[in-house]
Amino acid sequence: MAPFAGYDMPISYPTGAVEEHLVTRRSVGLFDIDHMGQLEISGSGADEFVSRIVSARILDMAVGDARYSLLLDEAGLVLDDLFVYRLAGRWWIVVNASNRASDFAWFSSRAKAEGGRVSVVDRSEDTYMIAVQGPRALELMDRLSGGAVGRTLRFASSEVAMGGIPVLFGRTGYTGEDGGELFFPADKAPYLWELLLAEGARAGIEAKPIGLAARDSLRFEAGMPLHGHEISPAINPIEAGFKWACDFEKDFVGKAALERIVAEGPKRRLVGLEVTGGVPREGYAVATREAALAGAAAQTGASAPVGTCVAGMFCPTVKKYAANAFVPPALAKIGTALAVVIHGKPREAVVVKRPLYVPAYRR
Amino acid sequence: MKIDQSARYRASHEWARQDGAEYVVGISDHAQEALGDIVFVELPEVGRVLAQGQAFGVVESVKAASDLYAPLSGKVVAVNGALQGDPALVNKDCYGTGWMIRLAASDASQWAALMDAAAYAKEAGKE
Repeated sequence: MAPFAGYDMPISYPTGAVEEHLVTRRSVGLFDIDHMGQLEISGSGADEFVSRIVSARILDMAVGDARYSLLLDEAGLVLDDLFVYRLAGRWWIVVNASNRASDFAWFSSRAKAEGGRVSVVDRSEDTYMIAVQGPRALELMDRLSGGAVGRTLRFASSEVAMGGIPVLFGRTGYTGEDGGELFFPADKAPYLWELLLAEGARAGIEAKPIGLAARDSLRFEAGMPLHGHEISPAINPIEAGFKWACDFEKDFVGKAALERIVAEGPKRRLVGLEVTGGVPREGYAVATREAALAGAAAQTGASAPVGTCVAGMFCPTVKKYAANAFVPPALAKIGTALAVVIHGKPREAVVVKRPLYVPAYRR
Repeated sequence: MKIDQSARYRASHEWARQDGAEYVVGISDHAQEALGDIVFVELPEVGRVLAQGQAFGVVESVKAASDLYAPLSGKVVAVNGALQGDPALVNKDCYGTGWMIRLAASDASQWAALMDAAAYAKEAGKE
């Protein structure tokens, strides 16, 4: 167990992190993600308000649709990343646990200027969130929802009954597998968790609880960002490769700053690195291959870093050691030979195409 | 926690077991369990001479990297190459197929001075 944003979270269950990753890729993983926050925004001015605050285009969304977006400050830096759901008469915004309080304050303070036309409510305490992910996740949930889950389109949601409980089901996730995320009354959490596991056992669908370590390796392999790593209040979406999540045809907080960054060109870029000879991790320095070789030859081992790893690990499905790092644009091309300094020794690294694992629903 | 009765132990959780004139070295069951899934093991080159207590490699788990310390002084005469392709052998069989290095000890008296199985069980039980 480990403390995480005020919650006590399992790094892994007795299954073990690597096996938990693999179970999710081959069958079903259950994720207890109640730490995620949910904000509900409503009122006559809500549509325009949400559209102005989040970076993605949202006004074209139909009721039920779910879309990825960023939350930027005026400097175009990433305060958080979000999933925005358009529900009947309200917006449902899923935020990261560690940013929940600051996101709520950000939305609330801006809503005040709307003179009562926008209401922002933090629904995190009364809402529980479980993710059910993997190639057999829909099959498992369909058995408990009379097939309602499987009828929901990718990046959409629907109100379903699962085991008699009212659930907002979003066909979304953070693993690169199909499946969904469930929002439901918090007091029903143990019941629904056990029900999903029991139904898996009954139907012969392998389904296991998954801890934080596998959640991280699943998202990393699938090329999804983790706030505080690939994106953060010190990183802009252009250098991180998230221009696609910003709608330059509308007005939004941070737009002017991003337009300047686009015009000038980013100073660094997020790249994927495949590493041999060690496990790259967050904070490790990245050097050019020439500098690393020269440093090794001079026996100083030192070489001027050109960047830093923001995440890195062993990827169980692709069986590779990989990192995400920010490097100067000139070194960001696929195939560029670099080095990551691991325990004081430069190890070979090559810029590779992200994601390492193409999400199942994009194939 | 499994303990190999025939091995002797360092407080940093490496074990050494006599095998003919040489010693086989690995990490204990207690250590592999505390580390969690092991995803990489960095071992020294054959021929390297180690002093007792010197770092000879690194074991990387999903969670963290940990140094490995030589339980005995001596020359590395073999390393377990199988760990390169399957580092999880350390989790599966830390006293058997998950061994790490084989040492030609330069001072056999060092082995006798390590903790025996009973002493190590007591020591590891404190954690």
